[in-house]
Amino acid sequence: MRILLRYIAYDILRSRMIIAYTLFLLLMSATMFSIESNPGKGLLNLLNIILIVVPLVSIIFSTIHYYNSYEFIELLLAQPIPRQRLALGQFLGVGTALALAYLIGVGIPVLLTGFSAAALSLVLTGVMLSFIFVALALLAAVRTRDKARGIGVALLLWFYFALLYNGIVLFLLFAFSDYPLEKAVIAFVSFNPIDLGRILVMLHTDASALMGFTGAVMQQFFGSGWGVLYAVMIMLLWFGLPLWGSVRSFSRKDF
Amino acid sequence: MRTPLFILSIFLITNLGAKTIQVAPGASIRQAIDRATAGDTVLVRAGTYYQYGIKINKALTLLGQDKPILDASGQGEIITISADKVVVKGFRFQRTGRTSITDWAAVKVLSAKYVQVLNNHISQSYFGIYFSNADHCTARNNTIEGKPSEEQNTGNAIHAWKCNHLSFSDNTVKGHRDGIYLEFVTESHMQRNFCQNNIRYGLHFMFSHNNTYSYNRFRENGAGVAVMYTRNVVMQHNHFEQNWGSAAYGLLLKDISDSKIEHNTFDNNTTGIYMEGSSRIHLAYNTLQNNGWALRLQANCSDNVFEKNNFLANTFDVATNGGTVLNSFTGNYWDQYSGYDLNRDGVGDVPYHPVSLYAMIVERIPAGLMFLHSFVVRLIDESEKVFPTLTPSELKDNQPRLKPLRP
Repeated sequence: MRILLRYIAYDILRSRMIIAYTLFLLLMSATMFSIESNPGKGLLNLLNIILIVVPLVSIIFSTIHYYNSYEFIELLLAQPIPRQRLALGQFLGVGTALALAYLIGVGIPVLLTGFSAAALSLVLTGVMLSFIFVALALLAAVRTRDKARGIGVALLLWFYFALLYNGIVLFLLFAFSDYPLEKAVIAFVSFNPIDLGRILVMLHTDASALMGFTGAVMQQFFGSGWGVLYAVMIMLLWFGLPLWGSVRSFSRKDF
Repeated sequence: MRTPLFILSIFLITNLGAKTIQVAPGASIRQAIDRATAGDTVLVRAGTYYQYGIKINKALTLLGQDKPILDASGQGEIITISADKVVVKGFRFQRTGRTSITDWAAVKVLSAKYVQVLNNHISQSYFGIYFSNADHCTARNNTIEGKPSEEQNTGNAIHAWKCNHLSFSDNTVKGHRDGIYLEFVTESHMQRNFCQNNIRYGLHFMFSHNNTYSYNRFRENGAGVAVMYTRNVVMQHNHFEQNWGSAAYGLLLKDISDSKIEHNTFDNNTTGIYMEGSSRIHLAYNTLQNNGWALRLQANCSDNVFEKNNFLANTFDVATNGGTVLNSFTGNYWDQYSGYDLNRDGVGDVPYHPVSLYAMIVERIPAGLMFLHSFVVRLIDESEKVFPTLTPSELKDNQPRLKPLRP
């Protein structure tokens, strides 16, 4: 599996797409920090872009990559390699490559301009999101045979997490606005890795003061040791569950 | 304890009838005051005096030479003034007593007129300078610093109750409950004071009509500045900055009317200006920048005029909690304005709606703040700008400026 991981990761890291992605992230981070004199605000602007771009690129890139290396996977299936290892190698190879690109593109500039809790949580959030959306992409791709449909499903997944989910929650908040919703909001946040990442970063910046009572409840929750543990566990679940699902489907799939 | 060496030197100078009495370290200031008559000067020489409960009941000038230290060792009040025209100048006061029964202060003025408290340094006191029923008094160039603990056992730096014609200028007040507290104080002027790190409000006044506040700086106070139940307030050229926290305001106006708030700067506050039940206030030439909410205008405010202000880099420009708009906005500069100016007169041709849809949502359901800085919020704000449906359509600036005004 390690050889497979190394091979896939090297292969991806040499591709033009991933280099362009790294450069794009680098350029974004550099511009954000040069436009904003206040590193806290720069971080928030960067967060806005990262929360759209990282999931989108991760999910689309790994779906396409899976379909493009379909013949290679078929070749490997003919070898005496356990299928689980093959699937895990595929996931880890793509995930590591994307996470590395993110670490170079965002991690280095962010940590260089100012090391803070917010900066660190931004970097960690991005890495987590990369892995989560690679896992989701793998699940979508393994389950759909047709390439066009697979990409469509991946796009829909991204659309759901980036936009649709928030719309639904906003509607629910309106519908139940007569009730105290501060604790419910924590649950709502847990069901979307993008929101969870955003809140985790924001709670470490000045913007947390703007969130009023809701912010204070979340600060109290996510600020404690248990809260951090909870957030990390939720994030791990978010890539653990799709990964488990995709590995299972991959093992049972009739190629 | 060392045996105190009494060196009391008395110089009689027949200078226009007034004499100067000198007090050296070790001697009693109280005895010197007893010996003096109205119009005299008591000159306290440099050194440390562990004395408290000094009562001034005649028109004296109490003068400190090279900042002598008056230390109450946590026992009680240092100076209590109950006579007109007293001047206290050039001392270092420290360690007054603390009790919840009496408001002990470093300098307290009780029912006296024309008292001046000048160039003093007060540290670790319960209340700093306290005016009660005192008219025409002055506090100038004092520095008052405290180490705040809880709100209930920390006093106000400058406290005034039932006074008129006061003048507070060039004072620096830090680390108290309220920096400057005024209740039933009228016809007074506050200028060039600096209030920082007070645990409640930098400036706090109630029922204090016809006062002028100018060139003051209020910075990093627990809840900013709060002013209530007052009319005819003039606030000009003040700086309200860094009042950041979930319950902090740059300036909180509650039931304020017929006032002028002009040429002020609101920088980096959670809420720049919060207005509730306020009417007929003229707000002009203010700069509101880097605030969470630049302006939160409750719907029970009416006939306020906002003109020629700069709104720069705020998360929300204006938030309101209702659809009725009884206030007017004209000729402000809004950095989020994206209209055009065909005739190039510096005024945008399309009105600007400063209330974003998200600001309305958040005002109705505070839990919606979980979406702060998210993609979906940007999207709905942009679509609302194109087709305004939910935001109050009458709340708009018909003449938005294209370039910021010079402050």
